Amino acid sequence: MNSILSALALPMHLPQAAGPMEQFEIHRLAPLSLGNIDVSFTNSSLWMMIATGAAVIFFSSATRARALIPGRMQSIAEVLYNFVADMVRGAIGPEGMKFFPYVFTLFIYILLANLLGLLPSIPGVSHTFTTTSHIAVTFGLAMLTIAIVIFYGFYKNGLGFLKLFVPSGVPPWLLPLIVLIEFVSFLSRPLSLAIRLFANMLAGHIILKVFAGFIISLLGAGGVVSAIAIFPFLGTVAITLLELLVAFLQAYVFAILTCIYLNDAVNVGHH
Amino acid sequence: MPIDVLLIAAAEAAGHAKSGGGGLPQMDFSTYPSQIFWLLITFGGLYFLMSSVILPRLGGTIEERRDRVADDLDHAAEFRRQAEEAEAAYNSALADARAKAQTMAAETRAEVEAEIASMQQEADLKAATQIAAAEERLNAMKDQASTKVKEAAGDVAKTIVSALIDETPADDTVKAAVAGAISGREAAR
Repeated sequence: MNSILSALALPMHLPQAAGPMEQFEIHRLAPLSLGNIDVSFTNSSLWMMIATGAAVIFFSSATRARALIPGRMQSIAEVLYNFVADMVRGAIGPEGMKFFPYVFTLFIYILLANLLGLLPSIPGVSHTFTTTSHIAVTFGLAMLTIAIVIFYGFYKNGLGFLKLFVPSGVPPWLLPLIVLIEFVSFLSRPLSLAIRLFANMLAGHIILKVFAGFIISLLGAGGVVSAIAIFPFLGTVAITLLELLVAFLQAYVFAILTCIYLNDAVNVGHH
Repeated sequence: MPIDVLLIAAAEAAGHAKSGGGGLPQMDFSTYPSQIFWLLITFGGLYFLMSSVILPRLGGTIEERRDRVADDLDHAAEFRRQAEEAEAAYNSALADARAKAQTMAAETRAEVEAEIASMQQEADLKAATQIAAAEERLNAMKDQASTKVKEAAGDVAKTIVSALIDETPADDTVKAAVAGAISGREAAR
C-alpha cells in the first residue's frame, strides 16, 4: 500500500500553471504618453478595441440591409434595440429616450467586454483579457453615468435637483438625518455600480482559473490520479455556463441602474 | 489518496494566488490613466457610431415596419368594411325579393279564392232554384194525389152505402163524411 502511494506521489512535480491573478495583469504593448501622463496602448486597450470593433462590425453588418423582414443578424440587433428601449422607457418614461443611445452603448460595451473575457486564451496566440475586471474601467463607466445624472439634473431642474435629497412627507425633526442618509446613498451609487461589475468579473475569472489549474495539476500527476481531473473539468464547464449568464446579467444590471439613476435627474421629486 | 493530491493542487493554486505578480493588478494605479484614456476613446467612438448611424438605422427600420403593418391592418379593415357592406346589400335585396314573392302569392291566392267563392255561389243558386221547382212539382203531385184519393174514397163509400142500404147518398154528404174521416185520422195520428 505504501509503495503504491509513493509510486503515485513520485511523478508529482506539478507543472507551473499560470497563477489565477496573472490574467489580470496589464502589459504595455506600445508606449504612449500625453504630457507626463502614461497612456500607453496595453493589452487592456487592445481588448477594448476588440470589443468595440466586434460591436461595430456586428451592428453595421446587421443593419446594412435594413430589411422589412429581418435576417438572423438584424433580428438579434432589433431584439437588443427593443430590449434596451423598453428598459429605458419603463424606467424613465418617453422623455428618457434621449438617453437611449447612451444606455444602449453602455449595455453593448459591457456585455461584449464581459463575453469576450470568457474566450479561452490560446497559448502563444492570444491572451484573453477582461477589461471589465478592472476597477478603473468599471469606476470610469460608473462616474460617466453619475456625471451625466448630475449635469442633466442641474441643467433641467436647476437647484430643484437638490430636492432629490429631501423626500416628501418626512417630519421636519427627522429631515437632517434623512438628508444625510440620502446624500451618502447618492455618493455610494458610483461605488456600488463600479464594484458590483468589477467584483463579479474578478471572482468569476479567478474561480475559472483555479478550477482549470486543478485540471492541469491532476493531469500532470499522471496515472490513476489523472482520472480525477474529470471533476474540475466538469466544474469548469458548469462555471463557464454560469459566467455566461453573469456576463449578461451584470451588463443588464449596470444598464438598468443607470436608467434608474437617470430617472432621478429627469423626474426629480417624483419618487 | 485523491484527497491528498487535490489538497496539493489546491495549495499550489493558492500559493500562486498569494505570490502571483505581487498584489492585485487592479490596484496598480500606474495603469489607471491608460485604462481611462482608452476607455473614453473606445466608448466615445462606439457611442458616436451608435447614436449617429446604427441606432437611427435600426429604429428607422423598426418604425417603418410598424407603419407598414399598421397600413396593412388599415387596408384589411377597409376590405372587411366593404365586404360587410356588400353582405348587407345582398341581404336587403334578398329580403325585398322575398317580400315581393310573398305579396304576389297572397294576391294570387286571394284571386283564386274569390273565383272559387263566386262559382260556388252560382252553383248554390242554381241548385236552390232546381230544388224549389222540384218541391213545387212534388207538392202539386201530392195535392192531385190526395184529391184523387178523396174522390176514390167518396166513390167507394157511395158504392158501399148504396149496396148496404140501397140508397144513394148525396154527393155533399159523402164528401163531408170523407173529409171528416180523413181529418179524424189525421187528428188521431
